Amino acid sequence: MHDATVTETGSHGGQDAHATYTGLDNVKLAMWAFLGSECLFFGALISAHLLYRNQTMGGPTRHDVYDIPYTSVSSFVLLMSSLTMVLALAAIQRGDQRRLRIWLMATALLGASFIGGQFFEFTEFVHAGLTIQTSPFGSSFFVLTGFHGAHVTIGILMLLSMYTLSKLGKLPSSDARKIEMVGLYWHFVDIVWIVIFTVVYLFP
Amino acid sequence: MATVTTPTPWFLRRPRAKNGLWSWVTTVDHKRIGILYGYTAFVFFILGGLEALLIRMQLATPDGDLVSADLYNQLFTTHGVTMIFLVVMPMGAAFFNYFIPLQIGARDVAFPRLNSLSYWVFLFGGLFIYSSWLFGGAPDGGWFGYAPLTVGGDFLPGDHRIDYYALGLQILGVASIVASVNFIVTILNMRAPGMKLLKMPVFIWMSLVTNFLLLFAMPIIAVALFFMTFDRTFDALFYTPAGGGDPILWQHLFWLFGHPEVYILILPAMGIVSEILPVFSRKPLFGYSFVVFSGAAIGFMGWGVWAHHMFADGLGPAANAAFAVSTMFIAVPTGVKIFNWLATMAGGSLRFKTPMLFSIGFIAMFIIGGLSGVTHAVVPHDYQQTDTYYVVAHFHYVLFGGALLGLFGGLYYWFPKIYGRMMDERLGRTHFWLMMIGFNMAFGPFHILGLKGMPRRYYTYPSGMGWELWNMISTVGAFIIALSVLVFMHNWRKSKKNGEIASADPWDGRTLEWTIPSPPPEYNFAEIPTVTERDDFWHRKYKEDKRGRPIPVPTGGAEMHSEASEAEAEEGHGIHMPSPSYFPLIAALGMPIMAYGVILNSWFIGAVGAIVCLAGFYGWVLEPATDESH
Amino acid sequence: MDRLRFRALTNSKYLRRVVALASMLVLSACISADGPANYLYPEGPRAIQSDRLWDITFAIAAVIFFVVEGALIFIILRYRANKANAQPKQLHGHTRLELLWTAIPALILTGIAFMTVPVIFDQAREPEGALKVQVIGHQWWWEYKYDNGVVTANELHVPINRPVLLELRSADVIHSYWIPKLAGKQDLVPGRINHLTIEATEPGEYYGQCAEYCGLSHANMRARVFAHEPADYERWVAEQRAPAAADNAAVAEGRELFLNGRFAGGQQCVSCHAVGGTAAAGVIGPNLTHFASRTGFAGEMFEMNEENLKAWLRDPPARKPGSKMPDLNLTEEQINDLSAYLLSLE
Repeated sequence: MHDATVTETGSHGGQDAHATYTGLDNVKLAMWAFLGSECLFFGALISAHLLYRNQTMGGPTRHDVYDIPYTSVSSFVLLMSSLTMVLALAAIQRGDQRRLRIWLMATALLGASFIGGQFFEFTEFVHAGLTIQTSPFGSSFFVLTGFHGAHVTIGILMLLSMYTLSKLGKLPSSDARKIEMVGLYWHFVDIVWIVIFTVVYLFP
Repeated sequence: MATVTTPTPWFLRRPRAKNGLWSWVTTVDHKRIGILYGYTAFVFFILGGLEALLIRMQLATPDGDLVSADLYNQLFTTHGVTMIFLVVMPMGAAFFNYFIPLQIGARDVAFPRLNSLSYWVFLFGGLFIYSSWLFGGAPDGGWFGYAPLTVGGDFLPGDHRIDYYALGLQILGVASIVASVNFIVTILNMRAPGMKLLKMPVFIWMSLVTNFLLLFAMPIIAVALFFMTFDRTFDALFYTPAGGGDPILWQHLFWLFGHPEVYILILPAMGIVSEILPVFSRKPLFGYSFVVFSGAAIGFMGWGVWAHHMFADGLGPAANAAFAVSTMFIAVPTGVKIFNWLATMAGGSLRFKTPMLFSIGFIAMFIIGGLSGVTHAVVPHDYQQTDTYYVVAHFHYVLFGGALLGLFGGLYYWFPKIYGRMMDERLGRTHFWLMMIGFNMAFGPFHILGLKGMPRRYYTYPSGMGWELWNMISTVGAFIIALSVLVFMHNWRKSKKNGEIASADPWDGRTLEWTIPSPPPEYNFAEIPTVTERDDFWHRKYKEDKRGRPIPVPTGGAEMHSEASEAEAEEGHGIHMPSPSYFPLIAALGMPIMAYGVILNSWFIGAVGAIVCLAGFYGWVLEPATDESH
Repeated sequence: MDRLRFRALTNSKYLRRVVALASMLVLSACISADGPANYLYPEGPRAIQSDRLWDITFAIAAVIFFVVEGALIFIILRYRANKANAQPKQLHGHTRLELLWTAIPALILTGIAFMTVPVIFDQAREPEGALKVQVIGHQWWWEYKYDNGVVTANELHVPINRPVLLELRSADVIHSYWIPKLAGKQDLVPGRINHLTIEATEPGEYYGQCAEYCGLSHANMRARVFAHEPADYERWVAEQRAPAAADNAAVAEGRELFLNGRFAGGQQCVSCHAVGGTAAAGVIGPNLTHFASRTGFAGEMFEMNEENLKAWLRDPPARKPGSKMPDLNLTEEQINDLSAYLLSLE
């Protein structure tokens, strides 16, 4: 099984001893690069939304629909999931599979309640007359937060997969890096939400 | 380490085929993937070329009616999309794949299976776009697909043509991002010991810059295309003016991607030329660090010039002036490169082998494209030039005269390494001269046509405009180009079969790929080399005398070194190469299925695609690391 | 043998001849002033102002072209491999040279920038005493609305020696209004209003065309600008402001068909077209009030004459790809009557 790491990090054969140039292992560097790419993705989405936030075409405005206390709570829920994610990583590094699973599941559940909250929020907005077809404001709001929600959902899938692997006994402590990578992704998605919450919801 | 207690289910076992079709389908070897990229790109090059010939036949005379307006619009759109996204980009990727590991002294890329994923995603993306020809017509909104033409209900004929464009480019974007992550990690992490950043070959540098541009540019067009798809499929209002959307947003997003994209197309060719010139001049690249830094400078400045595509949009004089100035100054690093190439050749011992001819052709043509580019930045006159054939001339001089000639040079240069045989020089020269003549006949007149006011994207034109002669010359030139490509194909086939056997180092090369046998063994380097110098291999072969002239080192050279280590490898020191896998193919297959789901407005098909994709990724994660028989 | 031929091709005398021939060809092409869209021979002050910038930039570019390509050719001829230079000196770079060829282009470009930027701002300034006309782009024709109420299509009439400020809008997709001899182009973007100033100094006809790809008949979206002496212009305005030609018994059938006829699918002329002084007030297609006073129709695709008009009425989409005017399945008699009526609208 260990060979998987060897082949997929590219440190084959005689190269094992040779540390990478950046000091980061390949997977971690790749994750950072990918997240850099994601920054531009969300950057473009957020910029488009900022361009359109007042373009309401007579439909509901952001002051009509945003429920700041409600979204603050769900933002807090997502923020907490980063904490449980850190605890999951600490658990696998200690070799504590039981706690690993508890914290993975906790993170997934917190993420899922955030998605549930977002689903409820979307429904409320639609009832208030704001859809993707109402105005550029509506289009850009739903597409931006929707893509963020999709990222959270993929994160939850990864967390549950890790949970299952651990349950099957196929996630030894030597694979802690896998959890670390899921964590990196998860924290990134979390940070993006903090930006969205600040810029989209709180920004006057 | 951990032993597998339960036997691996059949569908997770890694494929074993070493030969035949299945071995190519499941390969994760960067060299084979490079070859797949190259051949696929070439097939698309033929298709894009045929589209171009039809366009030129239509425009050869006034009031041409070989094709209808409707077909013409599909032809010029797919010609552009094909040449940019399915030819020049993947041809660059072919070189990245094959030669990045070889030039940095690595056995493979960082993520072999991701590498195979990017190829399959690219292939399926290309096939997806081309499948539109069978289902109601190809995209017809131009390669930059300006809204609202491309989002409005009945502004264009055909229901889904633009969906093929939007979704197809989206799929191709996935391939590009995956590949860029892979190459960035490979270059940053996996260089042979001693190869510090400023000892990397220039091709590696340009690859690094290109892949960073891809990494940051592709997500932007992804967003732009998602907006387009949402507008078209779910009646969102991003670019729909009637609903308050702004069509200029598309242009900003598109060109914010699109201008870096131009450098994505040209930088690999610049890297290749920077490799070829020193070898055939027997001199190191002049001003290495200036060439590298100007490449990086182009990479940065490329983000600040996008609105020069939009001078006639009415952005206002302040924006136009700012972008005019930034556009003018991006010519400086480009000029620095050209001067350094000239200085590399000056004082050298020039051998005019085919790769060298193409590199010189590249420089000569790129100068023209660069100069016409500067004239575009003169905004008040760009109001006249823009959207005319003058612009078409400019970008064919940089993308064909530049990128493609450079890539052809690379093919001739590295053919011996790939196939262990030399390409025929006589046919190579014939190809070169035919192509140069055809190219200048086809695209030189575009300058004049543009200055005489011929707009782009006209399916026909009346007589009496003074355009007849130049259009006819251009059409003849296009056919000469086609002839030159036939010569190239003939040469390729013939040389692959019967070409003179190539040694490991047929050109007296300078970089690490020439230290290993031609063709390279699967593991590339029996022993990972240690690098001490820039152009390390050259310095193993030559010392400099007091006057700075090279004198051969008797024990240098590749043969001894590689023979010894090859023997070692044969002895079964077993270099473990990554096992083949079919999961990248499965994961990639899910993407066009999802895209068809959007087009057919079927959640079911979309879900099937997503499941195929997920199944591919789960198999990927779960399959054992190696074929267990080993 | 091959080597010889190759040598012959790169032989300097031969090359010199090729270069001379090529530059002569290019020059002659540029010198010939043929073609109504050739903007190297501008006629309006705006276009002339832009052209001056071009002349300077082109001259600079041409010098750079000959210097750099000349250097390339010189190097090729001078440093061809031979026994004497088989082991050339390994030169790695030269910092002062690098600074030099960074600085010189930068200086030249700074010069071009200083020359360009003021003109950008100058051309964006709203001219004083301008005639204002709204230009609305449609797939695939131009609509003009004058402040004095005149509405016309494709052919813009202006007085000479007076700047004309065009207010550019679009009814559907992005178009680009371009009269090459008078001024550069400017896009018509739906949802936005752009401005373009044109001015003619000589009476006459100026060719125009759409320059932004706008769909099937992008190539068939042309325009004409007619510049008049001020008095002639006023006369034209007066004619246009008059209602359509009064009842004319000879074309009564056609008039009836136009105003009340229902054709294939219940379609009517008047649902799209307007004719001043009648009940016809459609706004989708071109205003036809003084249709016959124009020299062309259908985006200036056809010259105005009976034959062309009849061919058009027989099946518009067959004559102009994508035409929004459908085939009305008119009988030959209806076609005769309608064209007689339309041609009476002078």
